[in-house]
Amino acid sequence: MTALATLDRVTRRYGDLTAVNDVSLTIDPGVILGLLGPNGAGKTTVISLLQGLRRPTSGTVRLFGGDPRDAASRSRLGSTPQETALPPTLRAGEVIDFVGKHFADPVPRGELADEFGLGDLLRRQTGALSGGQKRRLSVALAFVGRPRLVLLDEPTTGLDVDARRTLWAALRRQHDAGATVVVTSHYLEEIEALAQRVVVMGAGRVLADDSLANVVGRVGLRLIRLRSPEPDRIRALPGVLTCEADADGMLTLSVPDSDAFLRALIPSGVPFAELTVRGATLEEAFLSLTEESIPRTTEHAS
Amino acid sequence: MTVLALAGVHAKYLLIETARVPIAIIGGLVFPALSLLFFVIPQRAVAENPAFATQAVLSLCVFAVLANSLFSFGLNIAEAREKPWDPYLRTLPAPGMSRVLGQVFSTGMLGLASVVPVVILGALLTQASATGPQVLAGLLTLGLSALPFMFIGICIGYSMPSKAAIAVVQVLMFGLAFGGGLFLPPVMFPGWLDVLSRFLPSRHSRELVVWAVTGSDLPAWAWIGWAVWTVVTFALALVLFRRDEGRRYR
Repeated sequence: MTALATLDRVTRRYGDLTAVNDVSLTIDPGVILGLLGPNGAGKTTVISLLQGLRRPTSGTVRLFGGDPRDAASRSRLGSTPQETALPPTLRAGEVIDFVGKHFADPVPRGELADEFGLGDLLRRQTGALSGGQKRRLSVALAFVGRPRLVLLDEPTTGLDVDARRTLWAALRRQHDAGATVVVTSHYLEEIEALAQRVVVMGAGRVLADDSLANVVGRVGLRLIRLRSPEPDRIRALPGVLTCEADADGMLTLSVPDSDAFLRALIPSGVPFAELTVRGATLEEAFLSLTEESIPRTTEHAS
Repeated sequence: MTVLALAGVHAKYLLIETARVPIAIIGGLVFPALSLLFFVIPQRAVAENPAFATQAVLSLCVFAVLANSLFSFGLNIAEAREKPWDPYLRTLPAPGMSRVLGQVFSTGMLGLASVVPVVILGALLTQASATGPQVLAGLLTLGLSALPFMFIGICIGYSMPSKAAIAVVQVLMFGLAFGGGLFLPPVMFPGWLDVLSRFLPSRHSRELVVWAVTGSDLPAWAWIGWAVWTVVTFALALVLFRRDEGRRYR
């Protein structure tokens, strides 16, 4: 089984911003891979490196064994525009035909339209389509060329629940038919619904690369903030994964189970005040989980 | 599919897109013809002299092609680079050259269309004249002489945002048109302007086309200048095109 695409120690900078930082990733055929992370984590840059839109600052990107910047390497790749940016004066059917002309064996427009629920829209100019219809057309375009690898960047952003589920169902059918799919999202729900393998990115790095079940188990993290004169005893309580103190003495703890933590905190007799509990965002969950494995130089201000 | 066939596909859909907003085409078609009506035809000394009139009509043909090339390439490319549709097209398995050639074909078609009214008005309302083979030779030369304009347009498109491109294209278009003797014939230029004019690609194109149609002398500086501009602007366009990753935000 050879990899469809690889990133080998890839770094990409924009000026002094490092969008992707020493990332290695192998995409094998067969799975739906979810690329999860908050905005600015580097997901879109990874996708655009694989599409050949951008060059890595260092490291190598391979697509079907070639350089993605060569057109020939992209003949089995399907992508979709990130924003609904179809040329407004072209008809939906014309856009499908136009994109299909780039591939050796395009899916006929009628067949594609049925699959993505575009049947009665083919004669409409794309400027007249609704947001959800444009999104369906955009995603459909990724499958015109019968691709082996499909890269979908935020495919359902801005869609309502029904439209999102319809699109997910179409993606699963395409996957069952043999396409390997990489889908980026900042919604855990979307990744849960689609992916088998999950790569979590934060601040340009890969924070986790694991099966869906393992990743979901790890992001159910709670954050507890409190003030205490004895931070060392707090830190030693069972279940505390990380503990940070800010300048005015507030402690921020991350724990997998806040109820269990409170049951341990109160009988311990450690003095505390101003306690609040909230769910951690994905970013916070993964940053705290990987704090030991990634040396971090930034201090948390305030 | 070959690069050429794909270029045809891109040209076809570019033309469909343009044709759905007809005013965009009409502007390009009408402007050179209006210039002929306002600047040439009322001047009976020019319009009634076959040699002057032919030169004036040919100059405006060069102007039509110049305006078309700068606008189509400069503006279309600059605008496309700001829209997410263009990055999407660049993920398709088409070499970059087929997108550029597609633009060349579609611009060429529109350029040809904008020359037609100038030629017809010139034939009907002035003493300008040319035989069939002369017209054919003129069209061929016009196409070749447009190369530096296309490449300049590409350079503009790949080096600046569209709002800057509009301004630069307009200044360049009028500068090159006046300086190259496309509105006023170079015989009316003061000495210093005539010298300056001989370094401009618009002047080279004018001399080439006039030579091809009327058989007048072709000064060496005209075709050497054309060749130099073509090579230099092509090389620059290629560098900018290869470097391009869509619009950069800082």
